[in-house]
Amino acid sequence: MKGLSTKSLSLAYDGATIIRDLNLAIPGGQISALVGANGCGKSTLLRGLARLLKPRDGIVYLDGNSILNLSTKEIAQQLGILPQGPVAPEGLTVRDLVAQGRYPYQNWLQQWSIKDETIVQQALEITDLLKLADRALDTLSGGQRQRAWIAMALAQDTDILLLDEPTTFLDLAHQIEILDLLYDLNQIQGRTIVMVLHDLNQACRYADYLVAVKDGRIFAAGEPKLVMTKEMVQEVFGLECRIVLDPVVGTPMCIPIGRKTKINHQQIE
Amino acid sequence: MNFVVIRSQGISLRINRRVPFMVLCLALAILVAMTMNLGRGEYPISPGDIVKTLLGLDTGNPDHAFVIYNLRLPRTLVALMVGVALAISGTIFQGLTRNPLADPSIIGINAGASLAAVSVIVLFPSAPIYTLPLSAFAGALLMAILIYSLAWNNGSSPILLILIGIGLSAIATAITSLMITFGEIYNVSNALVWLAGSVYGRTSEQVFSLLPWLLVFIPMALTLARHLNALNLGDDVAKSLGSRVEWQRGLLILVGVALAGAGVASAGNIAFVGLIAPHLGRQLVGTTHEGLIPISALLGGVIVVMADFLGRTLFAPIELPCGVITAAVGAPYFLYLLIRNRKK
Repeated sequence: MKGLSTKSLSLAYDGATIIRDLNLAIPGGQISALVGANGCGKSTLLRGLARLLKPRDGIVYLDGNSILNLSTKEIAQQLGILPQGPVAPEGLTVRDLVAQGRYPYQNWLQQWSIKDETIVQQALEITDLLKLADRALDTLSGGQRQRAWIAMALAQDTDILLLDEPTTFLDLAHQIEILDLLYDLNQIQGRTIVMVLHDLNQACRYADYLVAVKDGRIFAAGEPKLVMTKEMVQEVFGLECRIVLDPVVGTPMCIPIGRKTKINHQQIE
Repeated sequence: MNFVVIRSQGISLRINRRVPFMVLCLALAILVAMTMNLGRGEYPISPGDIVKTLLGLDTGNPDHAFVIYNLRLPRTLVALMVGVALAISGTIFQGLTRNPLADPSIIGINAGASLAAVSVIVLFPSAPIYTLPLSAFAGALLMAILIYSLAWNNGSSPILLILIGIGLSAIATAITSLMITFGEIYNVSNALVWLAGSVYGRTSEQVFSLLPWLLVFIPMALTLARHLNALNLGDDVAKSLGSRVEWQRGLLILVGVALAGAGVASAGNIAFVGLIAPHLGRQLVGTTHEGLIPISALLGGVIVVMADFLGRTLFAPIELPCGVITAAVGAPYFLYLLIRNRKK
């Protein structure tokens, strides 16, 4: 079986079980988004999928093999993960960071093959960082920095890319820039992308497959238009809302109801 | 492009263009500093005569060979080697902890090595000289394990690591003082000369007890540089890149501890070299460790040889231990880094 899936997966932190008995198959070649309330376990699940967290129980499969049976280097050639808010050492240049993505392909003798060079160059090109390649990461804006980290993950040249909240701390324009970049990577290169997202509307717009996580279990999973219902938002987030269609692409959008419901006609006009 | 790329069958390598150039410059600086140091003393020798003597040519003065080979060269070589060892150790610890302040002399590793070495000098005065690096290594390793278990957890703050290191350092130093207070007077005076962080009176015996440590652990440090780059991005990213994090980190700690221990065993606690050298190195060639390790090693060598030269020159004929000079320069630099680090 191709791709990433789990069977009765349980994950725990310091003895506290976060994910319980979870079965999930990530659809290959698509964009999947994990959503859920704070502390529901979506980031933990992503870390478990990426073998950053050892399962307490159950198995994570990569192309039909248990990831426990694969060497970490083999996994790194098929699956890349960008953790939340990574910090680069002071003074590290974009080019050096992106070159680190080639680590799983290098050894003591082969430290910079022609392939390494080509792929790093491509990663810089795709993320539009060629002009900034020799700048230190700490001198860049948040959006540029995030692009540099994504470029590093791209240089890893993996079919599957996992990202933990790739848009946090970015302003709206940069959030869309990152999501568009990931969309292109999926559309043009056919990469499988799995990301944890906070913004439900962005998740619905960009994801082909939406996974709603509640209390360490999958509450609902499937196409956004099937998963994103006001019942789901009520159950998973405890939020009363109305679902409308995104006027641009027609995907579902969640409009929270909240307490301020008096309609201001002047503003609508 | 800013890189030199070397490729032939099965081998490929990329280094920052500045690295080979800086290696040459620093090697030259070391030669100059060593020549200055060899000429300096109660019995001055001109640079020309030094070069002649080292090349085995006759200078017309038989004393030259004796003074250089028996008295000054071993001392200068020990200074150079200790500088190299401490600088590489500092580079490794700064990279591993992702903490620009993690110098082995600050986080207590040198103090652990000192305590173990002083214990040997005071309690077993007849122990052969090669046991000093071994015991210093054991002391440094014990300290590293203590620091690791108390403060190294992923995500613990850089300042916490420093504070715990300083605390452990103080404990080790206190026990060392205790040892000195109650020790036999002759052994204690031996220990005191050594503790000051000085290369005074070092002989070829010290050179040869230090050399094997460098020959084993410097090549190891260079081969592990790639892995240090990955670990320098944090555990999660390193793991995601396919690094066997625990194993690689264990090896790197071992190398860092061994070099710090060997350095301290030969010249006492020469502080701040492991802090300053990597910082200067990063300014020169960036943070990639394949280049940074050799550059900061050479910088460490220059710093300690120059510190020894200054210590013997500033208040001649009184001689200051080179550890006093490195501390005089290093401590303000440390404070500067601490303040800058806090602002972030």
